[in-house]
Amino acid sequence: MPAGLIVEIGTDPGCPRTKPTSLVCHTPPAWACEPGVSGRFLVRVPVMPTPTGPASRPALLIGTRKGAFILTADADRQHWTLGAPHFLGHVIHHVVQDPRDPAVILVAAKTGHLGPTVFRSTDAGASWTEAATPPAFAKAGEGEKGRSVDAVFWLTPGHASRPGHWYAGTSPHGMFESDDGGVTWRGVAGYNVGVLTDPALNKYVDTPGSPVGPITHSIRVDPRDARHLYVGMSSGGIFESRDAGAVWKPLNRGVAADYLPEPDPIAGHDPHCVVLAPSDPDRLWQQNHCGIYRLDRPGEVWERIGKAMPTDVGDIGFAIVAHPRDRDTAWVLPMDGSTVWPRTSPGGRPAVYRTSDAGASWTRQDNGLPRPAWLTSYRQGFCADAGDPVGLCFGTSSGELWASRDAGLTWRQLAAHLPAVVSVTAAVL
Amino acid sequence: MRAVRIAIPPALHSYSGGRSAVEVMLPADARLAEAIAAVEARFPGLRFRIIDEQDRIRPHIKLFVGIDAAPGLDTALGGEREVHIICALSGG
Repeated sequence: MPAGLIVEIGTDPGCPRTKPTSLVCHTPPAWACEPGVSGRFLVRVPVMPTPTGPASRPALLIGTRKGAFILTADADRQHWTLGAPHFLGHVIHHVVQDPRDPAVILVAAKTGHLGPTVFRSTDAGASWTEAATPPAFAKAGEGEKGRSVDAVFWLTPGHASRPGHWYAGTSPHGMFESDDGGVTWRGVAGYNVGVLTDPALNKYVDTPGSPVGPITHSIRVDPRDARHLYVGMSSGGIFESRDAGAVWKPLNRGVAADYLPEPDPIAGHDPHCVVLAPSDPDRLWQQNHCGIYRLDRPGEVWERIGKAMPTDVGDIGFAIVAHPRDRDTAWVLPMDGSTVWPRTSPGGRPAVYRTSDAGASWTRQDNGLPRPAWLTSYRQGFCADAGDPVGLCFGTSSGELWASRDAGLTWRQLAAHLPAVVSVTAAVL
Repeated sequence: MRAVRIAIPPALHSYSGGRSAVEVMLPADARLAEAIAAVEARFPGLRFRIIDEQDRIRPHIKLFVGIDAAPGLDTALGGEREVHIICALSGG
């Protein structure tokens, strides 16, 4: 079996996805369910690879509006080194390491005015090549108005059982996949056609969305089932597929969409960020335009756990981060969602809020964060590593990186004067 | 056949190997699409940076045939022997 963290996920014999009939092994790091003692079942957490030698260092992969940056640290995550920019001048929306092959890093880009693309490194960022066939919609028929990708916005490594398989989300809405590590991409027809052109859904999903346009993000792969996918559309809502993307169904019950006249629409919601709890993929966390939510599958109705947030802070924000090992713990970074939506730290007092009880209560964590400060952090701009204690880091639109190496108890500035930070992901290089 | 010079802006030099222009041979009745296809054959990946998947010229790109801006790839080159790819650099 591969190295990795093993977490008990329960004894429920009625849930086939938590009761594997056979042992599943993949190259590390990987997911695998396996029988445990006393009838319990275990899942191997897909943590980023842990350092295996003196050359392995904790790292942060940063996407900004003017390029990508890589920070590397010592094993204690105390001393960080900021490398030279990559793709200076390009809008970099996401920089993601492949947990199945840590030397591979993919970059989602909008190359200035030169359109969308994906860059790929197979040597941990030392060199890069551009996708030979970047994500692009099919050519429209005569007289039809075809869609064009404006930016590649999101990247998700595929299932551990499919090395080299990746998903990409775009603006405007689009989903693409690659079987060759990001060299060539093709559209996911069930999404690009099935969802985007469905007359019952089109009025909800083909909307302006975010200031950068409609964006497809938060593509999540169930680590126990490569065919089970989730996706977030801003706006449009959350959708689920159980057949590798052929058919998608809305998964938005219980989620507010205060800006829509329809009281309980099937779609049209604005999930800013959706994550699966690494230690329990049946637990979904969502930071939405209209609050913070949790959903425990096979349930279908989201619970607004943001109601437990302080009323003067509210439960508006962009990112949400799940603990790598504790299914009940998550962090949010509230933004001011009052009046005209400043989307800055509420009251000029930046803080992260942590729940350790699945959202029943929240604890403010602001030790070391600046005050007063009106920070803005985006949906891909907040991440956790797999360390113990957990390391956290968020970037800001003012070009700062703030990090904690004690699960949010204390914070310090890692970098400043960067271009506007769009995304932050943890890696080991 | 006749030679047509395609001028390539600095933003695309990473695709053209640093070259600011390339000369391609085209039929006398060639259209802009053929000129761009000839450039793509020399420098793979360059076309998608200026033309999207619907064969539309990207919003901040202009293509000039001679001194006239071309509305689309169907523009005839006529007797012109130069095509300019103009890349706007706007925004902060």
